[in-house]
Amino acid sequence: MGNYILLRHRDVADIDQLDGYRKADGFAAFEKAIKTMTPAEVTLEVKNSGLRGRGGAGFPTGVKWGFLPNNIWPHYVVANADESEPGTFKDREIMESNPFQFLEGLMLASYAVQANTAYIYLRGEFWQLANHLNQKIKDLENAGLLGEKIKGSNYSLKIYTHLGAGAYICGEETALLESIEGKMGQPRLRPPFPAVEGLYAKPTLVNNVETLTNLPPILQHGADWYRTLGTEQSPGVKVFCLSGCIKNPGNYELPLGTTYRDLIYNYGGGIVEDRAIKAVMSAGASSDIVVANDHTLDTPLAYETCLERLNSPLGSASVIILDETVDMAWLVSKTVNFFKHESCGKCTPCRDGTFWMNNIAGRIVKGSGKPEDVDLLKDVALQMQGKCLCALGEFSTMAVVSAVDRFRPDFEKHVRS
Amino acid sequence: MNELYQKHETEINEILSRYPENFKRSAIMPLLFLAQREKGFVPQEALAQIADITGVSETDVASVLGFYSLFQETPGGRYRIQVCTDLPCALRGSETYLKNLCEALGVKTGEITEDGLFSVEAVKCLAACHRAPMFQLQGDGEIKYYENQSVELTMQIIEGIRASVASEKEGKHG
Ligand SMILES: Cc1cc2nc3c(=O)[nH]c(=O)nc-3n(C[C@H](O)[C@H](O)[C@H](O)COP(=O)(O)O)c2cc1C
Ligand code: SF4
Ligand code: FES
Repeated sequence: MGNYILLRHRDVADIDQLDGYRKADGFAAFEKAIKTMTPAEVTLEVKNSGLRGRGGAGFPTGVKWGFLPNNIWPHYVVANADESEPGTFKDREIMESNPFQFLEGLMLASYAVQANTAYIYLRGEFWQLANHLNQKIKDLENAGLLGEKIKGSNYSLKIYTHLGAGAYICGEETALLESIEGKMGQPRLRPPFPAVEGLYAKPTLVNNVETLTNLPPILQHGADWYRTLGTEQSPGVKVFCLSGCIKNPGNYELPLGTTYRDLIYNYGGGIVEDRAIKAVMSAGASSDIVVANDHTLDTPLAYETCLERLNSPLGSASVIILDETVDMAWLVSKTVNFFKHESCGKCTPCRDGTFWMNNIAGRIVKGSGKPEDVDLLKDVALQMQGKCLCALGEFSTMAVVSAVDRFRPDFEKHVRS
Repeated sequence: MNELYQKHETEINEILSRYPENFKRSAIMPLLFLAQREKGFVPQEALAQIADITGVSETDVASVLGFYSLFQETPGGRYRIQVCTDLPCALRGSETYLKNLCEALGVKTGEITEDGLFSVEAVKCLAACHRAPMFQLQGDGEIKYYENQSVELTMQIIEGIRASVASEKEGKHG
């Protein structure tokens, strides 16, 4: 086996061609599954692997598959390729350079829940990427790997791409389903959960692109092999998107449990111009701002350790590095402006809260704020917490509260008259 | 059926075939992209045509058009240069890049260049944060990414597009 499990195009040059992928054991897992395994056996293997969803929440993948009821049909599978969290650019590399492994993963998930139709929901800006995937899907149809009664089995599957059109909220799975249904991308009330009542009110599985790309190697080499990587509670590898004030920004595929220090200084080459590090974010704009002290730098990047040691979820592992020159008031004005722009407007706490946070943070940074604005900003954020219909509202408050608490002087220097 | 349908019959039938028979509404977004392809914005008459094809009201189509930022309701520059100035890109100098690019083009964000070809805007994260400064170019029904940019590089790209538009015009006359 090469150095990579997900970013295998870095080992195998022509893996983006069907022949190249097949030579590199491509579709061995899928053919094994449809010919020799029941859907329940596929699900069990994934459950045993301990794979957790890479879209942000880290929910155990095999467990989620088990939620689809077996008395309501048809089932649908949707690949979440919306990838819009600031600081996240991993799914794009996977789909661009290792497209067949992603598609094989989607096919395995579809087989496991016995869906005959799967959609790939891509953010509208991935227009070129959608064309690229459509071509690969055609290659698979021509090779008899997609379509009716695949390879002499009883299983049939069609895959379609569906483009969004510029709305971050459509990464949230229920808003995404609304969007495929041709509606505004506004989240649904839950329950019912998509697993029970999803696309076209039918049981629907939504998984992230990276999650799906893990499936072929897991089915090929087995759950036990997968568990040799990562930590007990976060098995396997993760693509870390490293950005911000770092010498070598990019995607790094590493075992979960790699420390911040290793990621930043060993793989990322350290901070730009060798400046001092100030803080880190691990879930893109939806993160707390975490002070980059030794305790943080020694924290393993895994779902459980980030929560236990830093009280800050790993999320999508979009690690944004902030050095000593970054003004946290400016940073917060950036993140709240993003969320104000992307709030879908369905519920009042988020719609109005993001508007006011943007307003207050904006005037603080412009130098027209008053000293009491710093507390006011945090107060608006605290008032939003727990009251929003979907997680976007909550996300918008994370950076605000943590930055005001931990970097208050950065705000005060703007409002001292 | 209507004019839009007649003009793109094969393509529209293919779009409709992706979704279940009784959920034609799912085709609204692909059809809006199709309607936008020619002029860079969705012409008013397309709303009724899309409503007709998908069996929903015109208001439903309009709500979708209004919700998503990639759909344009009014004409802009033929090419929209959309520079990402979101947090990770801003940490790598994209705000300065945008400012200098605007200067080089002689426009402010949102304005159209004198030749009517380009407009420049700041947009949110485009999943290219590690290759900032970057922009996406929307035009002629396509969206393309240009990464690791400097103002000089971008101006070369822009001049290239200007040249090909000019030769396109000559071709039409000749
Ligand atoms: C505001 C918001 C934005 C999200 N954006 C994305 C996204 O771009 N891509 C993604 O895979 N998941 C995103 N998610 C998470 C999805 O709702 C969902 O949990 C995920 O696709 C499930 O897949 P997984 O179990 O494989 O992680 C987002 C969630 C929220 C609340
Ligand atoms: S929290 Fe924000 S994004 Fe989520 S439903 Fe409410 S308004 Fe929409
Ligand atoms: S922040 Fe600019 S592409 Fe992500």
